[in-house]
Amino acid sequence: MTRLLEFTLNGRDRADAVADNILLLDFLREKIGLTGTKTGCDGGECGACTVLIDDRPALSCLTLAATVRGKRVDTVESLGHDGQLSAVQRGFHEKLGSQCGYCTPGFIMASAGLLRKNPNPSEAEILEALGSNICRCTGYVKIIEAVQYAATLNAQGVSP
Amino acid sequence: MNEVVPAHNIGGYVPMIDGPEKVSGRAKYTADILQPGMLAGRIYRSPYSHGEIVEVDVSEALKVPGVRAVVTGADCDKPFGVLPIARSEYPLARERVRYRGEPVAAVAAVDDASAREALCRIKFKVRELPAYYTSQAAQAPGAVALHEKKPGNVERDVLFELGSTEQGFAQADLVREGSYNCAEVCQNQMEMHAAIAEYDTLRDRMTVHASTQVPYYVHLMLSQTLGMEMSRIRVIKPHVGGGFGCRTETLNIELIAALLARQANATVRLVTTREETFITHRGRPETDIKLKIGMRKDGRITAVECDCDQRGGAHSGYGVVTILYAGSMLYAIYDLHNVKYVGKRVLTNTPPCGAFRGHGTVDIRFAFESLLDEMASELGLDPFQVRRANLLTAPTFTDNDMMVNSYGLPECLDWVEQQSGWSARKGKLGTGKGVSKGLGMACSHYISGASKPVNWTGEPHATVKIKLDFDGSIVVLSGAADIGQGSTTILAQTVAEVLGLDLSRVRVVTGDSEVVPKDNGSYSSRVTFMVGNAALDAARNLKSLLTAAAARKLEARPEDIECLGELYRAGAQDKGATFDEVVTEALKDSGTITVTGNYSTIPESHGGKKYRGAAIGGSMGYSYSAQVVEVSVDEDTGVVTVDRVWVAHDCGKALNRLTVEGQVQGSVWMGMGQAMSEEAAYHDGLMLTANMLDYRVPTIQDSPPIEVGIVESMDPYGPFGAKEAGEGSLAAFLPALTNAIADAIGIRFNDLPVTPDRVFEAIEKRRRKGNGGGA
Repeated sequence: MTRLLEFTLNGRDRADAVADNILLLDFLREKIGLTGTKTGCDGGECGACTVLIDDRPALSCLTLAATVRGKRVDTVESLGHDGQLSAVQRGFHEKLGSQCGYCTPGFIMASAGLLRKNPNPSEAEILEALGSNICRCTGYVKIIEAVQYAATLNAQGVSP
Repeated sequence: MNEVVPAHNIGGYVPMIDGPEKVSGRAKYTADILQPGMLAGRIYRSPYSHGEIVEVDVSEALKVPGVRAVVTGADCDKPFGVLPIARSEYPLARERVRYRGEPVAAVAAVDDASAREALCRIKFKVRELPAYYTSQAAQAPGAVALHEKKPGNVERDVLFELGSTEQGFAQADLVREGSYNCAEVCQNQMEMHAAIAEYDTLRDRMTVHASTQVPYYVHLMLSQTLGMEMSRIRVIKPHVGGGFGCRTETLNIELIAALLARQANATVRLVTTREETFITHRGRPETDIKLKIGMRKDGRITAVECDCDQRGGAHSGYGVVTILYAGSMLYAIYDLHNVKYVGKRVLTNTPPCGAFRGHGTVDIRFAFESLLDEMASELGLDPFQVRRANLLTAPTFTDNDMMVNSYGLPECLDWVEQQSGWSARKGKLGTGKGVSKGLGMACSHYISGASKPVNWTGEPHATVKIKLDFDGSIVVLSGAADIGQGSTTILAQTVAEVLGLDLSRVRVVTGDSEVVPKDNGSYSSRVTFMVGNAALDAARNLKSLLTAAAARKLEARPEDIECLGELYRAGAQDKGATFDEVVTEALKDSGTITVTGNYSTIPESHGGKKYRGAAIGGSMGYSYSAQVVEVSVDEDTGVVTVDRVWVAHDCGKALNRLTVEGQVQGSVWMGMGQAMSEEAAYHDGLMLTANMLDYRVPTIQDSPPIEVGIVESMDPYGPFGAKEAGEGSLAAFLPALTNAIADAIGIRFNDLPVTPDRVFEAIEKRRRKGNGGGA
């Protein structure tokens, strides 16, 4: 069955006809064309598809699109303002938290979710927040540095 | 006026020039390229491990509404493969299937649901044959040959002896043997395999977007499979989500997508699932090693005997290279003589293995460094002392004719020894609350590109073009495939450095066969060395054109022109001409400027022809790595925690310290996955671990701090002295880990991965025995 989905995507209200069985991930990528959110596994294994739903990180591959009715969904495309990268984006770029870049949108959204809730996270809190995201390139060392740097930038007024 | 100075772009911490695209979600990977009307492709895979194909009936599949094409082995009659001497595999199976998951048929339909429905309607009948899941079973007497031309299921056997092991062992004070087993491991790169094939019916042209490390090889195999001239084919490599070797050969994915597109007269997108990506893994084969080393009391190695058996899977792939490298790369790290190597690459009914990061060297290095550690301990020598007793002196050629011109291993050893506090802490970390701590060390090395590419054509090894036009932007054209390792950034830095310009002046265009020069691809850590040297040559050629133009404009001799990047002048007192003015002058000759840069390896680096196994693995330069790993072993649970890693890597010269650190950390960490948790497991040929929960990749919570020391040995042939940085540090982690565990609890693990259940079992076994004992 198809029904009307009203929600807020990257700060803009929308109304779309969506099938009951379409995943939020496929809806974002295939129907809307926001391909920044990545498919990395067959469901719930890797975190590459992480988006924010009402500011909380969620796996869009395990979320039916129809369930975000009335909620705010933010993808990696929502970050950054006035042509500038956000604090988390700058962290991942400047500290090489991203190599091949495929897991990066998921890590960035999980990190943005963390910093929105906790602007000054400890290393243990960073590890916990990113514990369900897999990166195959970096060994995570520079990802931790990227998030710590992002927190510093955030404290200086750069939005996460 | 401010003093004009040339910009410097080499040796610093430079974020990747394509980073902003990656962090903003704008970077397009193959599966992100959406086109209206694009069809969805799906592959029907064999549910049998081994069988003669009786029937592939697709008639019902064709009747499913929305289906536009169905292809089978009948549509592709030429075998493909990366090595011209070993092509045994069809994009879709013909006559026989040889592993569970081998592609048999494929469907293109208007949407994914229709394509999946069509797969369910395919009727596939085989006459089953005995299947072999271990290399021992495949080699047993009377075993059915997987491939007719390979009796006994041996894809390739290798035997060499250089010097005399008999004499070498006779000179030894201690001779020890060990047996080692390393599980099959998968690259498991984050981006699943994907291809988009677009067939232009009117012009009979094919465009393929592919998630590959080797666009040129894909081009070759597309031409062969489709029976189309290469000039009718265009291969585009968008952003690629990691490779680690699984994409260093043409996979069946690209070929199947193209077959479907041509039959459907349309564009087909074929994206595999994670399970299919695992099955199409081309990973590191399960390897059994028997190693024997002779050593004098002072640690000097007198002889080595190594027997290596690899379970290669159902097809050749890179297998011949893997088994040869495993032998030839015994050399070029230590000063070895009297070496015997027996290698067997075996065909089995499992998915084909291939070239995984550290290709051919990793499992052998694990065995070698483990046995060195054991023998050091028995002789009462420090493990560092044993390595130092066997160092090479560069420049030199090894017994198997490998050319070593730069050798930073001694400095690597010094760095990790000091940083880890080795001498004060080794053996003194103690135990507490059931947790024992230990330190272990090991070394490894890798090539900076094979000097001879697998497809030898006689062309230069690498070619780079630079275009310069009215707008003054420097456009570097290269076929080098950036797969996240940062090669695009390295090329931009190289060109900007020569011209003394800011990095922002330089743009790099890669990955489209219609535009960029051919490149062999990103494998064997060749790009920085080979393509970097070609970029250096191109930039120097451009600089001399610009210098000549500046000389004309300034009415001076070219040799008197000083290039300061944004300013060219004839002597310090000259006002000079700006870069833009010089470009305008230079364009008067020929209009748009394009220059070419080439790089060819020198014949001395190709290895000798005297010895089988030495003919490949020859490289222009070798990287070196030393590592110290600190572990805590929980004796009640068997859980091993890596507390910290110190790694020093000799990359010749770090062109970009940020990406070198990133590559080295990533290598060490990938070694950790193989050492501690990763294993491709099968039941009757069915992969049991084809997802990221069962195939355990370390998470951020499992991963240690990794401190990187960069050693710069300034290779005489490397671009600015550089060698490889992306593979050489992987292998040393494995033995450094097991050596650290041995230091912590006195138990040695020769089988990988060292999972908590294996550790627990070994500790229990020792408890039951009362004392002593091994794993």
